Amino acid sequence: MGKHKAYLGVDVGSVSTNLVLIDPETDRVLTKLYLRTNGDPIGTVVKGMQKLAEAGEWEVVGVGTTGSGRQLAGVMLGADVVKNEITAHAVAALKHNPKVSTVIEIGGQDSKIILIRSGVVSDFAMNTICAAGTGSFLDQQAMRLGIDIRDFGRIALQARHPVRIAGRCTVFAESDMIHKQQLGHSIPDILAGLCEAMVRNYLSNVGKGKSIEPAVLFQGGVAANQGIRKALEKALGLEVEVPINYDVMGAFGAAVLAKERLQATGDKTRFGGFAVARSSFDSFSWECEDCPNNCEIVQIRRDGRPLACWGSRCGKHQVSSDSA
Amino acid sequence: MKITFPHMGSLYIPVEALFQELGFEVVVPPPCTKRTLELGSRYSPEIACLPLKVMIGNYLEAAELGADTIAMIGGCGPCRLGYYAEVQRQILADLGSTLDMVVIETPLENPSRLARDAAKILGRGKLSRVPRALILAWEKLKACESLEKTALRVRPKEEKPGLTTRVLELALQKVRQAAAVRTVHKAVQEGIGELWAVQEKHGRQDPIIIGLVGEIYTVFEPFVNLRLEERLGHLGVEVARTISLVQWVKDHVFKGSIGLYRTTHLERSAEGFLSGFVGGHGLETIARSNELANCGAAGVVQILPFTCMPEVIAQAILPDVSRAKELPILSLVVDEHTGEAGFQTRIEAFVDLLSRKRREAYRGQTQSLFGSRCGFGQY
Repeated sequence: MGKHKAYLGVDVGSVSTNLVLIDPETDRVLTKLYLRTNGDPIGTVVKGMQKLAEAGEWEVVGVGTTGSGRQLAGVMLGADVVKNEITAHAVAALKHNPKVSTVIEIGGQDSKIILIRSGVVSDFAMNTICAAGTGSFLDQQAMRLGIDIRDFGRIALQARHPVRIAGRCTVFAESDMIHKQQLGHSIPDILAGLCEAMVRNYLSNVGKGKSIEPAVLFQGGVAANQGIRKALEKALGLEVEVPINYDVMGAFGAAVLAKERLQATGDKTRFGGFAVARSSFDSFSWECEDCPNNCEIVQIRRDGRPLACWGSRCGKHQVSSDSA
Repeated sequence: MKITFPHMGSLYIPVEALFQELGFEVVVPPPCTKRTLELGSRYSPEIACLPLKVMIGNYLEAAELGADTIAMIGGCGPCRLGYYAEVQRQILADLGSTLDMVVIETPLENPSRLARDAAKILGRGKLSRVPRALILAWEKLKACESLEKTALRVRPKEEKPGLTTRVLELALQKVRQAAAVRTVHKAVQEGIGELWAVQEKHGRQDPIIIGLVGEIYTVFEPFVNLRLEERLGHLGVEVARTISLVQWVKDHVFKGSIGLYRTTHLERSAEGFLSGFVGGHGLETIARSNELANCGAAGVVQILPFTCMPEVIAQAILPDVSRAKELPILSLVVDEHTGEAGFQTRIEAFVDLLSRKRREAYRGQTQSLFGSRCGFGQY
């Protein structure tokens, strides 16, 4: 048998980097990777590509990237589509359930709500100035209680009387939580209380003024937490569905977008091959002093050769992407 | 006396001309950069809005270049900004700065103060040059605005990314150098011609039209709004800027100074959503969003500095406008902590939303707002 054809989707986020390969015919997810970015997006993408190469023989026929590191991953891999994560998540949600009306996405450092009406994004919002409604909040509190974040949801589901915890601010939530602990509330009740506090925070901050209608999809890393899902269902009075690939929906959406784009244009992929996994990448940044704008320039180099450059306002320092 | 003033987009061009013609030596502050913001936020109260902080940075950087006097507007309202001159004077005094501050207020609010400060300026300037200075500054203001508005139209169709901005900057510098009204007019004509030439020969499809509303300083200062208009343009969006400095001067300086400015037309446009003045450009934001919906704009972007009270009021009302008019609206809040990545993501997602929506429903129906009855394209 020859290589398995697949579209590659890569979502480089602040906390996790996800890669998926989807079947060109059925859009089924063939393989998925969920890696911690650990502040090193370049290294994580390289590692991800190594792991994919080990997992099977693939012929990548198109690449899409998304997430806050989408541009970086885009030049490293030779992406055909570089899309923002809102569009990627919406596309993925529609692929999973064409009748979806609301997408709740809670990740490590950001959370969003996407409203979809008749198959088109009609409105969206992201958290703005605070991370109290995101995964990092739960991470912090789990650490404080000495609980593995993976057990968080399971324990929270055992709660009988969730306590009310002030969830406006991570720091205040912590002091309130300690107070509740000292009053003698059980750990499950406190964890369930944290889930409800986070959901309250999310709904009043990100979901404020938005009409949340069924079907509701819950995706992003935090969707693994059953306690949050239950708290969401309780607060909304609606059934909340967690899609099977909830943790890699952004990457899945990027792969679908790459497929749509290439099928529409008939172009060949610009994918640089799995050789990226053997290349060494580094980045180099400086402040351009050629004019008073003082732009911060970032240059990405592959094996010492400039691959791409961005940040300049005037277009100077740009490397043509074909030369790579 | 070496005079300086805060930046706000290309406003430095007419203001520089004004003071130069009056016979002063002018120190234009260096363009706003990260350093300006760092200096400004270091010495400003944390709760103050971004404009105050950037302005403080402007003053300090101008002082390094030898400026000794600041010209700043003041007065009661339209928002906290009216009081900023006083706050800034205090901050500079606490810093031990020797910068002197001249506050220009409208005659109705504080006639004696205006007379005193005008005397302070004009006492050293040449009174006979006032009419000429005003005319040249006025012409330059109009020139800058018409160049910028042309740039907003051609940028979505530009042949090479960034070309419009470069051509615009060159044209603005020609206006800046022009010493007579005639040369200003020539520079504008040439500049507009060069801008139109930037367009792709084999024209792309009709750009998506997005109205820009919000607080005036964040609308006009590209450093503060993270070059919002350029970003939108590069995504193929034609921006209809609803705030005009030329109109602002007509309303608030020409009419306002003699008490003739009324907001009735805005109240009419905002009817059903907001019934009166709420400070700053809050009423304008609601009124213009409503008008934009009626003109067929695909969406509206509101930009405001964090903690801007008038715009926060407008922001709370905009969802009603959005629902009633089926008009997608994106509110962007900026302060010294705003990250570029999140900003760009929101803009891209918003433009994606509009273009996907248009592909579904409005195919071939949108048309340019310029020249339409709203007239946001003209000056």
